[in-house]
Amino acid sequence: MTAPTDVIVDARLLKRLPPARDSEAFDLNVHLRAGPGITVLFGSSGAGKTLTLNCLAGFSRPDEGRILVRDEIYFDAAARVHLPPQQRRIGYMFQDHALFPHMTVRENLRFAASVAAGANSRGLQRNRRVNELLDLFELTDLAQRTPAQLSGGQKQRAALARVLIGEPRLLLLDEPTRGLDSRLRNAFYDVLHKTRQRLNIPALLVTHDLDECSELADFVYLIERGRFVQAGPRDAVFAKPASIEVARMLGFENILTAEIVALDPGRNTSRLAVLDTVLEGPYLPGHLIGDRGSVCIREHEMKVAASKGSGQVNRLSLRVLKTTPVPAGIRISFEQGVSAIAGESEWLEWRTNERLWVTIHPQAIHFIG
Amino acid sequence: MPASPNSVDWFPLWLSLRVAALATIIVVTLGTLCAYLLSHKQFRGKDFFDSLVTLPLVLPPTVLGYYLLVVIGRASPLGRFYEWMTGSPLVFTWQAAVVAAVIHSAPIYIKAARAVLESVDYRFEWAAQSLGASELRTFWRVTLPLARRGLSSLATLAFARSLGDFGVTIMVAGNIPGRTQTLSVAIYDAVESGNGHAARVLVSVVSVGALLLLWAAAYFSRSPRLSTSAG
Repeated sequence: MTAPTDVIVDARLLKRLPPARDSEAFDLNVHLRAGPGITVLFGSSGAGKTLTLNCLAGFSRPDEGRILVRDEIYFDAAARVHLPPQQRRIGYMFQDHALFPHMTVRENLRFAASVAAGANSRGLQRNRRVNELLDLFELTDLAQRTPAQLSGGQKQRAALARVLIGEPRLLLLDEPTRGLDSRLRNAFYDVLHKTRQRLNIPALLVTHDLDECSELADFVYLIERGRFVQAGPRDAVFAKPASIEVARMLGFENILTAEIVALDPGRNTSRLAVLDTVLEGPYLPGHLIGDRGSVCIREHEMKVAASKGSGQVNRLSLRVLKTTPVPAGIRISFEQGVSAIAGESEWLEWRTNERLWVTIHPQAIHFIG
Repeated sequence: MPASPNSVDWFPLWLSLRVAALATIIVVTLGTLCAYLLSHKQFRGKDFFDSLVTLPLVLPPTVLGYYLLVVIGRASPLGRFYEWMTGSPLVFTWQAAVVAAVIHSAPIYIKAARAVLESVDYRFEWAAQSLGASELRTFWRVTLPLARRGLSSLATLAFARSLGDFGVTIMVAGNIPGRTQTLSVAIYDAVESGNGHAARVLVSVVSVGALLLLWAAAYFSRSPRLSTSAG
């Protein structure tokens, strides 16, 4: 799998969890390499994301493997090295913030300043650092409040400020926007982007939210049942899912069986038998005519129209089965398991039509063999 | 000092309060430590340790008293050490009544304190440690404050229970009026010697006192728990 060019974190983790009362046996086996910027660990719940973070932070001890952060060994099973969490200088932002409920925001930050590894013992300096971060995260006016008196977004900022006090070498963020509405989410993304520009601390963010992944990631690891199923720079991963499983994770709604019927390296195209018709797709290096597989197409990359139009390839006439309103417009579910998104006003014009034309741009077709 | 049938000797009440206060301090200190070990640590023989701590709850007071006489008696190393330190033996003094009260209330305190400490969301403790706080500091600044209400309520309970020990006390501290006669022993004494008035008065005092203490414990645990406001 691809690795980032400038590796800061190199963690090889093997951890077996025996079956418990409410969970099956679980087996984590990953090799994570993270560079500067934001690395996103994306996967469904129970895939091993939080366990990975806990191993990095030192709260869970892997059975085998090695953890290096900036060439410092945090864990090495063979050499029996296991640095306690206190010595790792990892800023871990837990799910639901974990701000101390019995302290005010300022006290939370002051606590962090007083226990930070290598903290300079001068109270004055510590105070200045606390004030600096309160200011940076617009918390100065809220400093005397307890977490219970803060809104969700304010709690997020306070939690981020608290982990940054000790100048961590690595930031771990466990589903940081869980439970926030979209406005607060976007506000938090802004804060995160700003923090990143200012402080240049590599961050590892765990999420099961596709939008969050695509919004924040520089580099993506897709994790499923304790294994990385694909890794790479965000755009590369999003454009080229390596398997049908990955395509499903990345939100390719249309996954249809296909067979390659023609390949034309000269025109950089291919022809694929899909459903009852033949679609034109991009050239598929490394594949042969007759290869069977699937094509994956995102809903919003399919254009829906009432008439056939002209001069276009990849047009399908499909019968409408049902429609569902979604944030982006109207989802139209067609026969044969095809679905697409149409604008609301357009849909109102066609609503009596039994069949509609669907156009797929050749570049929107991803073939997985 | 055999008094007239209608006078009540209040010494046992004061002695019991003093014994219970001291016992509570010991139970809260050592008991919280034991509860922390049981709730936060994995070690070999943990289940055995747990059983050992609970044992006084199920053993007859006579058995416990017998063991204590063996362990803190004048012939035992512990008893000799105490005598060497303080100049007087431990058994059949009011201090022995403190030991008896500790044995009486510690098992319940430890069991319940373990549950209270386990209920503190581990993420607060992890957050503290990940920020760089030592385990001791995490306990002192995070775990303990978050468990404070629960532990206060248990301390009240421990105090109430310390007031009530009878069997072990009479075996290791005896029944010396004016020196080791605690409240419950005094009631036994009053009934035995036919002093119905003293018995009635002391029984009423114990009952009302215990009720008030339980009420206080309920009040402590009813107040909003800090650790639940985290979401």
